[in-house]
Order: sequence, then C-alpha cells, then structure tokens
Amino acid sequence: MKRQHIDKTVQSGFLLVALFSITVLLLIMVFLFIEGLPILDHISVKEFIFGKYWYPTDDPADFGIFALILGSVCVTLLSGLMAIPLGIMTAVYLAEIASPRVAEIVKPIVELMASMPSVVIGFFGMAVVAPFIQELFDIPVGLNMFNASLMLAFMAIPTICSISEDAVFSVPTALKEASFALGATHFETIVKVVIPASLSGICTAVILGLSRAIGETMVVLMAAGGAAMIPGSIFDPVRPLPASIAAEMAEAPFRSEHYHALFAIGIVLFVFTFIFNLIADYISHKFRQVGEASL
Amino acid sequence: MIKRRLQIQTIAFGFLKAAGLLNGVALMIIVYFMLSRGWSAISWEFLTQPPKDSMTAGGILPCIMGTISLCLMTILVSLPIGVASAIYLNEYASQGRIVRIIRLGINNLAGVPSIVFGLFGLAFFCIVLKMGVSIAAGGLTLGIMTLPVIIGASEEALKAVPDTYREASLAMGATKWQTIRKVVLPAAFPGIITGSILGLSRAAGETAPIMYTGAVFFTPELPGSILDEVMALPYHIYVLATAGTNIETTRHLQYGTALVLIVLVFGMNLAAIILRSKMRKKLRI
Repeated sequence: MKRQHIDKTVQSGFLLVALFSITVLLLIMVFLFIEGLPILDHISVKEFIFGKYWYPTDDPADFGIFALILGSVCVTLLSGLMAIPLGIMTAVYLAEIASPRVAEIVKPIVELMASMPSVVIGFFGMAVVAPFIQELFDIPVGLNMFNASLMLAFMAIPTICSISEDAVFSVPTALKEASFALGATHFETIVKVVIPASLSGICTAVILGLSRAIGETMVVLMAAGGAAMIPGSIFDPVRPLPASIAAEMAEAPFRSEHYHALFAIGIVLFVFTFIFNLIADYISHKFRQVGEASL
Repeated sequence: MIKRRLQIQTIAFGFLKAAGLLNGVALMIIVYFMLSRGWSAISWEFLTQPPKDSMTAGGILPCIMGTISLCLMTILVSLPIGVASAIYLNEYASQGRIVRIIRLGINNLAGVPSIVFGLFGLAFFCIVLKMGVSIAAGGLTLGIMTLPVIIGASEEALKAVPDTYREASLAMGATKWQTIRKVVLPAAFPGIITGSILGLSRAAGETAPIMYTGAVFFTPELPGSILDEVMALPYHIYVLATAGTNIETTRHLQYGTALVLIVLVFGMNLAAIILRSKMRKKLRI
C-alpha cells in the first residue's frame, strides 16, 4: 500500500514541475504588461503604434514606434526572401537527393550554423560584411537593412531547413512510388508530389524561421545601422524593435516613461512572435500529414 | 521528350545541390574570418589575464569564468525542471487538456525573443526578487530560455527507450516510479546529456538575455558568489565592438574573443553530435 501511495505523490510532483513552463510564460506576460502598460497614461495605443517619431529622450519625448515596426517587418521580409528558398532547397536536397554519406556531413553543418552565437554573426556583419558591401555597392554606410537581412537569413536557414527536412522526409514512400510508376522523373515527383504533400510542414518551418528572425536581437543591434526612420531603400539604416530595447534599456531611468515604453515594445514583439507561433501550431495540427490521405 | 525532362532534372538537382553547398560555404567564410583575424590575439596571457588599460589590452579571463558560471547556473535551473517535465509528458500524462496546455506553454516559450527574456529577467529576478545584476539572475533567465530545448531533447531520449524495458520492470513488481528511476532514466541518460549540452551551448552564446540581468561592462573581480555580477564572452564582444572610442584599436581583441566563444560553442556541439551518432549506432544493433 505504501508504495502505491508514494507513486501517486511522485506523479503529482512531476505534474507540478511540468506546469512550470506555462507558469513562466504567464509570468513573462504579466511582467511585460505591468511594466509596459503605464506608457498608455501618456500616449494612446494608436499614437504609440502609428506615431512616426521615436525621440524618447527629447523634452517632450516622442514615443511613436511605427518606424521601428516597419524596420522589423522589412528586415524580416528581406531575410525571408533569401532564407526561405535556400532553406527549403537545402531541405529537399538533404531529404531526397543527397546520398546518406553527404547528408551525414551537411546535416551537422546546418546544426553548427544554428548554434553560431548571434553576437558573432552580428560582429561579422559589422566588421567584415559592412565594409565589403559599402565598397561593392558604393554606398555611404555598410550597416543597413541589407546587411542585417543577410545576417538574419543565415540564422533563419537552419530553422527552416531542419523542420522542412523532417516534413519532406516523412512523405510516405508509397506516394513517391506511385508517381514514379506513372513515369514521372524524380524531379517531377518532388515538385508535384513530395512538396505538395509536405506543404504544411514547410509552412510551419517558414513561419518559425521568420519568427526567429523578427525576435533576433544582437544581429539587428549591431548590423542594421540603428536609425529610427522609415526606410526608403534596402540600403537605408533601420532600427528594428529588439535593437531599440537592447540599445536603450541601459540609459532609460528606472520606471520612467522611456522605461515603460521599452517594455511596451517588448509587448509588441511578444505579440508578434506569439501570433506567429499560434499560426504555426494551427497549421501543423490542422493539416497534419496523416499517412497517405495527405494529398 | 524524356531526354529533355531528364535534362531539366539534372539542372534542377544542380541548383538544389548548390543551395546545400552554399550553407557550408557561408559557415566556412564566417569561421575563416574569425580564425584568420582572431588567431594572432590568442595567447596564454589572453586566456589567463584580466583586461588592462581600460580594455584595450590584456586578456579575457573574467569573461571566460563569467560565461562558465552563468552556464553552471543555467544548467542547475533547466536540467532538473526540464527532465522532470519530460518525464511527466512522456511517462505519466495521457493526451488531454492539461497536456495540450503544457505543450502550448513549451512551444510558445521556445518562440519568445531572447530580448524579451532579458526584459522579464530584469523586471522579475533583478527587481522583484531583488537579485540585482548577478549570476543568479542571469543564469535563471538563461535557464528558463533553454528549458524548451532540454524538455524536447529529454522527451526524445525517453521515447527512444523501448516499452519492453518498462514492461519487464513492471512485471517484476516494480511500481511506476521505481521503473522510471531504475530502468527508464538510466537508459535515457546519454540522450538527456546530449540535449543538455546543446541547450547549454545555446545559453553560452546568448547576449540579449544577460545584458541587463547578469553581465556587466567591466569588473576586474572573478565571480565569487552567485550574487556577483560578471563579465561574459558574448557581451564582451558586443561591448568592444560597439562602445567606446577604441573600436578600431581593439579589433584583434574582438576577433580573438569571438574565436574563443566559437570554439567553446562548437566544441560543445561537436561533442553532442558525436555522442548522438555513437548512441544511434548502438541502438541500431
């Protein structure tokens, strides 16, 4: 009897610990709101989101983050333009074409890419890529949207690649064999059967990759140039949301308007990635690849 | 006709292969620049001395020690909680509302931007729990950030343990808890360790979560207690590369520090990758 009793206690103990993650997530939300919402005493939600001027240290200060949001969105989209095709192509190559021996080498490379510290990539963008593109395109500053997007693409590729590879790899062989039997070449099979069948997994991969890019801090802090203005071209410097928080937190006096505004930016960022994750979660559950009925 | 279709295939496969190669090339270029420009900075003094002359000379010992102590704190937080969560999810839980909520929490925690963890750490650990800027606050922040990685890896390791192991133990009259403790966990141990190393390597390279919770610009002291503030390798790179008037003169120190960080992180990853492939071979037999 005593052993069963212990067993029940242990089980509830594990349940309590397992609830820790969701508790932390809730705590993060609570604290972002406690520290971020007071900014609304000074400025309306509309002015905050759509205000074009971010001069937090002026008197009177301007707390409009529209330029920052636009900076984040532009940098993320541009990096997606590079990372999505490359990530998916690599995934298809690994899952369909590469021999096991080659895949054994390329996969760790992708994993090492994922593990490269963001500060090193940001530093690389600053110290190596910036002077290079400055000369190549004959532009005044090398720290700009293009540079940051290039570096972000490097960070998003491993996420996109490894999740899409799982999706492509798990397409049932029977589907492919049916296509071969109808006389399709391997490439035609990939384009018309394999990719449509794994589309939900690939979409999830893309969304999670972009979500990683939009939340990435050090790269945009070091390589994006940091000007809080609405970008006119891809060679303009931008100041994405995470860069503003990281750069200004040190100088914002404790619980000043500026401090609250930075936490409010944190809320915006959190909401962005939260929505991305919910969509990814929804797609992967709704369009789950179920055996051969998935086409 | 078929010839043309095969030609298209050859060309398309060429592109796909080029995409795969491009990743390797990109990685190689970054590593090459860090190595070629950072190598000259590496010396015994660089690794064993504190910075000198307002950080324009000297070494990075306090940063190395700081990063190591932050990592220790991180693993102290995330390993027990992560493994216990994975045990609950894989061994006890049946599919239901609670599990869905827990998984939602883990998935979304994995997607929270690193700077938001930093904000949370600052507001909660540093201010509400009065830890200030310290190893404890920084390590806790990094710990909750790596939690999803550890849970995911531990769950996978537990899943890889065959059910026959559990059934054999239960058939001998062991309770579920005894089975988990004496049969399942030992079998899953190498997988859990691999996952922990991967999680830890991520924590070691992160900057944004510790900028305002654990790491400081400069402190000559080596970490003594968990309430000390520390220097850390990633933050040191950022500081040298962006702040102050000596950015150009300390370039070689920046490359050197970046190289040390890369070696540390890649070393952990390679260890984990090798450990994992060894384990897979063992499982196949």
